[in-house]
Amino acid sequence: MTVSREELLIAAIADLIAAPNPHPVRHAAVGAASPIPAHAVMLARHRGLDVRLSLLQQRVGNPFTEGARELFDLAGQGRIDLFFLGGAQIDGQANINLVGTGTPAGSSARLPGNFGSAFMAFTVPRVILFREEHSPRVLVPKVDYVSAPGVSAAGVYRRGSPQALVTGRCVFAFDAVRARFTLASLHPGETRESIRENTGFDYDEPTHVPETRGPSEDDRAALAGPIRAALEDTYPQFCARVFGARAA
Amino acid sequence: MTPIETVEALAARVPDGAFVALPPDASLCPVALVRALIRRGVRDLHLLGVPISGFATDLLIGAGCVSALTTSAVTLGEAGLAPRFTAAMRTGALRLTDATCPAVHTALQAAEKGVPFLPLRGMIGTDLLADRTDWRVIDNPFAEAPDPIVLIPALVPDIALIHAAMADRFGNVWVGRRRELATIAHAARTTLVTAERLVEGNLMADERLAPGVISSLYVSAVAEAERGAWPLALLDLYPADAAHLDAYAKAARTEEGFRAYLAEHVLGPLPKAAE
Repeated sequence: MTVSREELLIAAIADLIAAPNPHPVRHAAVGAASPIPAHAVMLARHRGLDVRLSLLQQRVGNPFTEGARELFDLAGQGRIDLFFLGGAQIDGQANINLVGTGTPAGSSARLPGNFGSAFMAFTVPRVILFREEHSPRVLVPKVDYVSAPGVSAAGVYRRGSPQALVTGRCVFAFDAVRARFTLASLHPGETRESIRENTGFDYDEPTHVPETRGPSEDDRAALAGPIRAALEDTYPQFCARVFGARAA
Repeated sequence: MTPIETVEALAARVPDGAFVALPPDASLCPVALVRALIRRGVRDLHLLGVPISGFATDLLIGAGCVSALTTSAVTLGEAGLAPRFTAAMRTGALRLTDATCPAVHTALQAAEKGVPFLPLRGMIGTDLLADRTDWRVIDNPFAEAPDPIVLIPALVPDIALIHAAMADRFGNVWVGRRRELATIAHAARTTLVTAERLVEGNLMADERLAPGVISSLYVSAVAEAERGAWPLALLDLYPADAAHLDAYAKAARTEEGFRAYLAEHVLGPLPKAAE
C-alpha cells in the first residue's frame, strides 16, 4: 500500500520532535483539531523518545482535572515542552493569524479567534507550526493580524520560538535569530519551483533539498496498530479515514 | 437555601443586558437553559466565553439575544465555523472583544480572589494586546532587569450558567473533574445551574464526590434538565450528537435555515428525548 499524505506528515513531524534541540520534548500537549500532531507524538514515543502526551479533548481519562485552564497553568510554569499552532495566515517571520483577514482583521473573512496562541507561543519552548494548506493565500508576506509572533524583542519573556513549519507540500526550518524560514525537505511530488510558486513569503533554499523522509514499515504498523488503539477514542473520524474501517 | 425550580424559571432570572458567562461546548454547557433563554426572548446579553464559545453562543447570537461577546474563539469544532457568529460579524451586528484563553481564566481568577487584576505572561507584540486597551503592560517590580508583563483586570460576570451532572436538594452541584467551572461560579455574582439529575443526600458530605462539587454557597437556583447538554457532550454520560451539530452547521448558514432550526428545536414542541 502507498503511504498516505497523513502518514507522511505524521512521520515528518515525529522526526522534528526527536531532532536534537536545546529543549528536549518530555511533555507534549495537543488539542482537538490536531490528530496528525497527536499521532506524531505517539510515533516519536514508539520510536523510543520518552515523551508524555496530554490530549486536551480526551473525553474519558482526560489528563486534566481543571480543564484547559490547567493546560495553560502547566505551560506558564514551563511544564509543557511542545505545542502545535496553525494559522489562517502564516508569514515569513513565523507570525500566525487565527483571527481573520482584511483590515481590520476579520472584515474580509472572520475566523474563530486566538484561542491560547497569544500565550502558548511565549511559554512553550518548542512550537511546531502545522498547516496542511500550502498556498499563497495562507503563506503570506505579512499576516493581517498577529495572534502570536514568531520572534520577540530582546527583554520580552519567552522560552523559545517556532522550530519548523510543516505543510502539505514541504517542511521549512525556522531560524529565530534571523526570523527566517529555510526550505528543509520536499514532500514526494513537489519541486523547489512548486514550493516557490505556492509560497507568498520569501525564504532561504540550500543547494541540496532532500525529500521528506516518510514512515518506515515499522512506523506504519505501529500507527495502524497500537497508536490507533490509543488515539481512536479521541479522533474516531480521522482514524477511520486514514487507517480504514475496523475489522469486525 | 438554594431553590429547585424549572428550567423556564431559571431563564426568567436572567435579565436583559446581563453579562453572562458560559462554559465551552465540551465542558458542561447548559444548552437546555440556553433554549429556554431564547424562548423567554432575552435581549442585549453580553456573553463571556470561558474561555471559548461554540454552539450555545451561536444559537443565542442567531436568535438575536446577544449584543456583545468577549471570547477567545468561536467554533463548532468538527462541525466547522459557527455560522450565526460569522454572519453577525459580517453585518456588524455583534460587538466582539477578542481575548486569549488563559486571559479569560486569569480575569475570573482575579475576581474569585477579590483582587483588581492579575499578571499573565505572553501577548506582548500581538495585535490582541494592541486592541485590548483595557489591559496594561507594567514592568515587573520584582525583576532586576526590565521585564514587561501584562495585567489582566478582573471580570465579574453578572450570571454564570452551568449544566452539572448532578445536584442535591441543598443546591450543591457536581461538575466532576471540570473544576475550572467552580472558578466561574466563584467569580460571578449569580450562578444558575441545570443538572442532569437530582440526587438524594448531601454531595458535600461525600468525601469522594465533594472535590468535584460547587457548593450551594455560590448557587442561586437549580433546575433539573435531563439531557440538558444535548446536542453537546456531557462528561462520560453521553457523547456529542455529531450528526445534529453537522445538520445545524449546514442549516444555520442562511437566516431562513436558522429560523427553521429554531422553530423545530427551540421554539416548537419540545422533543421528549431532548429535554
